Amino acid sequence: MNAQHLQPTGSAYFIATETEKPESHTLSVLVDNEPGVLARVIGLFSGRGYNIDSLTVSETEHEKHLSRITIATRATPQVLQQIRHQLERIVPVHRVVDLTVVARERGHDRPLERELALVKVSGTGDDRVEALRLADAFRASVIDANTEHFIFEITGRVSKIEQFIAIMKPLGLVEVCRTGVAAMNRGPEGM
Amino acid sequence: MSNGKADDDSNRITGAEIVVRALRDNGVKHIFGYPGGAVLPIYDELFQQEEVQHILVRHEQGAGHAAEGYARSTGKVGVMLVTSGPGATNAVTPLQDALMDSIPLVCITGQVPTSLIGSDAFQECDTVGITRPCTKHNWLVKDVNELAATIHEAFRVASTGRPGPVVVDIPKDVQFATGTYVSPQTAPRASYQPKVQGDLERVKEAVAMMAGAKRPIIYTGGGVINSGPEASHLLRELVDLTGFPITSTLMGLGAYPASGKNWLGMVGMHGTYEANMAMHDCDVMMCIGARFDDRITGRLDAFSPGSRKIHIDIDPSSINKNVRTDVPIIGDVGRVLEDMVRLWRASAKADKKAVAPWWEQIARWKARDSLAYRPSNDVIMPQYAVQRLYEATKDRDTFITTEVGQHQMWAAQHYGFEKPNRWMTSGGLGTMGYGLPAAFGVQIAHPDALVIDIAGDASVLMTIQEMSSAVQYNAPIKIFILNNQYMGMVRQWQQLLHGNRLSHSYTEALPDFVKLAEAYGGHGIRCEKPGDLDDAIQEMIEVKKPVIFDCRVANLANCFPMIPSGKAHNEMLLPDEATDEAVATAIDAKGKALV
Repeated sequence: MNAQHLQPTGSAYFIATETEKPESHTLSVLVDNEPGVLARVIGLFSGRGYNIDSLTVSETEHEKHLSRITIATRATPQVLQQIRHQLERIVPVHRVVDLTVVARERGHDRPLERELALVKVSGTGDDRVEALRLADAFRASVIDANTEHFIFEITGRVSKIEQFIAIMKPLGLVEVCRTGVAAMNRGPEGM
Repeated sequence: MSNGKADDDSNRITGAEIVVRALRDNGVKHIFGYPGGAVLPIYDELFQQEEVQHILVRHEQGAGHAAEGYARSTGKVGVMLVTSGPGATNAVTPLQDALMDSIPLVCITGQVPTSLIGSDAFQECDTVGITRPCTKHNWLVKDVNELAATIHEAFRVASTGRPGPVVVDIPKDVQFATGTYVSPQTAPRASYQPKVQGDLERVKEAVAMMAGAKRPIIYTGGGVINSGPEASHLLRELVDLTGFPITSTLMGLGAYPASGKNWLGMVGMHGTYEANMAMHDCDVMMCIGARFDDRITGRLDAFSPGSRKIHIDIDPSSINKNVRTDVPIIGDVGRVLEDMVRLWRASAKADKKAVAPWWEQIARWKARDSLAYRPSNDVIMPQYAVQRLYEATKDRDTFITTEVGQHQMWAAQHYGFEKPNRWMTSGGLGTMGYGLPAAFGVQIAHPDALVIDIAGDASVLMTIQEMSSAVQYNAPIKIFILNNQYMGMVRQWQQLLHGNRLSHSYTEALPDFVKLAEAYGGHGIRCEKPGDLDDAIQEMIEVKKPVIFDCRVANLANCFPMIPSGKAHNEMLLPDEATDEAVATAIDAKGKALV
C-alpha cells in the first residue's frame, strides 16, 4: 500500500484514482456449515483487502446444515460486486445476497438490521439511578443486578447501540459485548 | 447398501485402499510424489498394484510442477502425493502456481493421526489452514467413510468450472481405518454448480458489436486452452470467419497458430508493438478466457481508451475486476464460441472493406519489427538461440516449458506455437524453477515427444534436482539454458529502475552445467559460438537421455520491446530505441514504486 500516497502513474500494480465513493453494505451469505467455512470467508476478506465492519454467523437450518453469515462491509460499488463474486467462488457457499442492493430495489433505504448488546454498568447513587432511567428510555432490560451494578440487554439498530454505550460511559460503563449485525429484508420474499 | 453382503464386503476396505481405488476410478494413470511417515499406508497400497504408476521426484515442489506440466499438456487432472508437515509446505508453491494459472491439480497430503492433530506432533502442520488461500478448495478427511466421496468431489472441483488445485488432507489413522468405498457417481454438492453455457442474448449482442467493428481485436488467454482442443478449433474458425486480428496472453499461446495470417504476436509487457498498439487503438475488443492481468493492461487508466469490450470467462469474478466490460458472457469458452460461430454464420457477414484500413494500420505497426535484435557472429544472441531451436524442432511433436525471466519472454516471442497444450509456463505466479519439473511431467505423459525446457541459468538451479528423477524414469527432457550468468530480468529492472546498480543479480559461481548433467547421469552440451549452435541443437535432440544444454549467450542482452512501469500500451520501449540512456530514463520516479 506504500504506493497509495504517491500520485499513481499506472502499470503493473496500477492503483486507479478512486472516483467512486465507498458505501456501507450488508451481505447475507448462505453456506454449508462445515469445518473451515468461516475461515474461508474471513480469509477472503483479509487476503483481498476488503473491510469487515461486523460479522455474525450461526447455523440457521439444522437439517440441511446451512449457516447464514451476515457481513457488514464498506467498499466502492465496483469492489462490492467483486466481493460478491469472490464469495460465490467459495465451494461451500450457496448464495450471496447484497441486502442493501435488494432493499434499494424494493424501495427501502436499507435492510432491517438489528444488533444485541450486553452492557455492564457499575455505580452508586445518582449515576445508578440515571443509568436505570436511561436504560428504560432505550428499552434496555436489566438481566442481572446487585447493589453495585446492572447488566443491560439492549437490541436495536447499530446507531442506537452506539448511542446507548456512549451515554453509559460516564455513568460507570465496565464492559460491553455485542453480537454484530443480524439482517434481512422487509417483505414476504426470502433471500 | 442393498446390493447384498458380498458387494458390501468388497467395498469395505482401508482408507489407503480407498485412495488408490478412487484415483483409479477417476482415470488416474500417473501420480507424482514423495513418501514420508504420514503417507506410508498409501505408499504400501501403491506398491501392491500396477494401474496407478507413481513417479518419484526429489522435492515436493518438483512433484507439483511435474503434475502441472502433466495436466497442462494432456488436459487431464494432475495428481501429487506428499507427506505431512514439510511435504505439504513444499507443495504450497506449485499449488499457488496452479491456482493463478487455473491448472487442475489434486494434491493428496498425509496428516498426523487425528488424535495428535493440534499437539504439535512430529511433521505436523495445519495443512488445510496453510493451503486454504492457495487452493480452489481443500478438505481434511477425519472419517474414513467420507474419504471416497471426498476424493471424487476433489477431482470434480479441480477439473470443472475454472480449473484449479485442491488438497485432500488424510490423517494416518484414517488411512489405516476400514470404511466403505463409494463410486464416483455420487451426487455432487448443491453449492458448487459452475455455469458453462453462456447467455445467448449476450452472445447475440457480442456478435452484433463485432459485426459493426471498424477496428476490432480478439485477445485470448489460457481459458481457451483450458476449455479443450475444440475451443481452439472454434477460435480458429471464428478468426477465419471474421477476419479479425488476434493476439494472446502468455498463457494462451498456441490456441491460434503463430503461423496464422491474423496473428499479431503476444500482447502485454513484452508483447509485440503491433499487438499492443492494436489493443490500445481498437474500437471493439473481444477478450476470450483471459483476465486483464496487470502484465497485459499496463497503465489501467490509459488501457484501450476508445473500445467497447466483450469478455468471455467462466469465472464471474474475472468480469469487471480490473477493466469494465460492456458485454460480459459467463460460460465455458468452447460452448460460447460454438454459439458465437453459429450466430455469426447465420447473421453476420465479415465486412472486409470496413476493416481494411485497420489492417493497413496494423501492417505499419508490424513494419516496426519490434522483436528485432542486433545479430552477432561472435556471441550467441538469446533470441537467435530460441529461433534456431524453433527451426530445428518445429516439424516434430514438440512441447516447450520455461522457467521465469528473460528467457521465458524470448521463448514466448520467438518460438512459434501452432497447437494448444504445447506450451507450459508459469504465468500468474512467475515461479522460477517451474520449467524443469514441468518438462519432466510432460515427458511422463508423452514419452515419445520432444520436451524442451527453455531455461535460464538462475531459474534452473532452483529445481535442478529433478534431473535425477528424469534420469531414473528415462525421461529424455532437454534443458536448454540461455546462460548469461545473470538473473537477467532482475538485472534489466535494476538497469531501468535502480541506476544500473546490479545488486546480487550476477551469479559468480555457477556450476559447470556439462559436468552437472553427467553427474546426474544425463548428457551435457556446451555451445558458445553461433556457428556451432545448429549442430549442437541437433545433438541435443538426438541424444536419448536427459540433456542439459549450456547455451552461452550474450550476457547483457535485454528483453524488448517492453512497456515500462507507469506507461500505456502506446508508450512501448522498442529495441532500436532502447539506448542506455533511454533505458535509464524510461521509468519516472512515480512509476518506480510499481512492480
